[in-house]
Amino acid sequence: MEKDQDKILNDVTTGEYKYGFYSDIEMDRIPKGLSEEVVRLISGKKNEPEWLLDFRLKSYRHWLTMKMPTWPNLKIPPINYQEIIFYAAPKERKNLKSVDDIDPELKKTFDKLGIPLEEQKHLSGVAVDAVIDSVSIKTTFKETLAEMGIIFCSFSDAVKEYPDLVKRYMGSVVPYTDNFFATLNSAVFSDGSFCYIPKGVRCPMELSTYFRINSANTGQFERTLLIADEESYVSYLEGCTAPSRDENQLHAAIVEIVAEKNAEVKYSTVQNWYPGDREGKGGVFNFVTKRGMCKGENSKISWTQIETGSAITWKYPSCILRGDNSTGEFYSVAVTNNYQQADTGTKMTHIGKNTKSTIVSKGITAGHGQNSYRGLVKVLKNATNARNYSQCDSLLLGDKCGAHTFPYLEVDNQTAIVEHEATTSKIGEDQIFYCNQRGISTEDAIGLIVNGYAREVINKLPMEFAVEAQKLLQISLEGSVG
Amino acid sequence: MLIINNLKASIEGKSILKGISLEVKPGEIHAIMGPNGSGKSTLAAVLAGREFVEVTEGTVTYLGKNLLEMSAEDRAKEGIFLGFQYPIEIPGVSMVNFMKTAVNEHRKHKGLDPLSASDFLKMMRDKKELVEIDSKLANRSVNEGFSGGEKKKNEIFQMAMLEPKLAILDETDSGLDIDALRIVANGVNKLKRPDNSFIVITHYQRLLDYVIPDVVHVLYDGKIVKTAGKELALELEEKGYDWIKKEIENNLVA
Repeated sequence: MEKDQDKILNDVTTGEYKYGFYSDIEMDRIPKGLSEEVVRLISGKKNEPEWLLDFRLKSYRHWLTMKMPTWPNLKIPPINYQEIIFYAAPKERKNLKSVDDIDPELKKTFDKLGIPLEEQKHLSGVAVDAVIDSVSIKTTFKETLAEMGIIFCSFSDAVKEYPDLVKRYMGSVVPYTDNFFATLNSAVFSDGSFCYIPKGVRCPMELSTYFRINSANTGQFERTLLIADEESYVSYLEGCTAPSRDENQLHAAIVEIVAEKNAEVKYSTVQNWYPGDREGKGGVFNFVTKRGMCKGENSKISWTQIETGSAITWKYPSCILRGDNSTGEFYSVAVTNNYQQADTGTKMTHIGKNTKSTIVSKGITAGHGQNSYRGLVKVLKNATNARNYSQCDSLLLGDKCGAHTFPYLEVDNQTAIVEHEATTSKIGEDQIFYCNQRGISTEDAIGLIVNGYAREVINKLPMEFAVEAQKLLQISLEGSVG
Repeated sequence: MLIINNLKASIEGKSILKGISLEVKPGEIHAIMGPNGSGKSTLAAVLAGREFVEVTEGTVTYLGKNLLEMSAEDRAKEGIFLGFQYPIEIPGVSMVNFMKTAVNEHRKHKGLDPLSASDFLKMMRDKKELVEIDSKLANRSVNEGFSGGEKKKNEIFQMAMLEPKLAILDETDSGLDIDALRIVANGVNKLKRPDNSFIVITHYQRLLDYVIPDVVHVLYDGKIVKTAGKELALELEEKGYDWIKKEIENNLVA
């Protein structure tokens, strides 16, 4: 492990975004722009049932009445929704039965990203759902998982094969009226992953979704729905990349998690959308709504995120702690370098008795980056003995970047104990010199210090991804102290 | 080993070192003593390659090379070690990880393969014994939450790990109780070999009870005003720095 880690870290020699390539895949795209017609067209492309079209239309009509939020500490240029293509999918080949039937260009794309679609080649113990632009291409290990009753498939397949489950849970955690971007997603979402872990089952492998934006001028609007039935356990990962382009691209996703009684869900994200170039040109707008509901007693939902990509990030993976004794956790490392901006954090809503939440947020900012932590801890009237511990730290590299903290507390129960700690530090020249004097180069010194700072969060990730995350942190910050 | 010739240096335009010359041969221990503000730590900083000190004149030759042209990390890899007067804390970075990175950088520089995890841990164990450092320190973050004495012992431990050719100890003895002082001194004595050298910078004579110097220099106002054998340290202890000051003033008058 240590050796692999060193090797990977040493392999990193250039600070360029290495997933910036574009694949020439035959695509089915609809005309750009957004209207009720477009919503119907998307639904039609996917042969959706009436109830789902209704859900989309309801969302679209509501969206027309909404305005983009202005409270984030972000400078977002105006977005022209009539210039975005809302649906793009690789042209389907008929009778897609085995991996061999997948467009070789597509397979190559995922191989290049290190995500082989052939099961035998894949990291053992990880099942992958690969999503490119608007659709899911391939879900590995589907059959193996099905033997245990685990459903892991694309959202579109779930709509066809398990409509009752989708109907019951979709929108139950993030309602279609929730917020501007969630409502937009509810109207035009294209695909995503669906996962159901039945009662009493411990999912034997990591489930993961790999998101890739490929087409130009295309928005990505995926939806993930994850249901952990009573006494079940699952660890879920998502990764994301996009080609380097001069124009901004919109990504507005929804993740909904439901944890029933005694269930536990770990959800990890390594977000590496294209961040834009050194001058701040291009990059993905990552406006995402992620929320989990600890519905049953003793349930637990844990979010871990490593956010290194995107020009602008706006996301608050949250937990609604409804079940008594339920637990919510949020561990985050957010990096902003060059002209990247991030306004990220979490919401922990304590409803049940003896509910517990932990928030650990580590912001790292360099260049002209702006990094804000925004978190809400809300304890409702009946949440007796609620506990929260929040820690948000900021690390600054250089003197042109900014770190901001916006903690909100709303406590309506006197028995609650809420703690908040915050620190801001700079990588000091003294620290770097100390490393230099022991023979460690400045670049490696920053890598050591940053990874040391983020260790608490990185340790929460599954092994393979922890290594990936360390590597990413180092790349994202290369050249930031000179 | 090291030849310093007429070295002048300033910090933010203020002249601190005003023409220092000295030569350290392999196997020698040199002590540099002097009152506060005489330029002792600035000299250490110049030798280690700190950028805030500007060298305005003079040369420093280390193993036949122009030291002043080398980066701080290259000097380290070529065998120069600085024991810091105020060791720096690096939160979140474990001593093990820190030392492993440093040791392997040194090995890479010598064209050697990185040490295996087990060989490295064995080396850590051996060296820890040598400097009587608490095992637990190695698992903690670099200097974080260490007491003053622990920090100084940790410097000696790192010196033992990196096996430098020239170690510069900048007031490693300040703020130490007698036990810690003895441990630090023993560390130096055990690491002393015919082919490596030490420059021990100190304000007080007491470290020199344990570490016997071959040469003692007295630094005053940016210049070496006296150089002699170990007996000079004792004389200084007895008469105090005022004696040196007076002597210099008398010389000026004369």
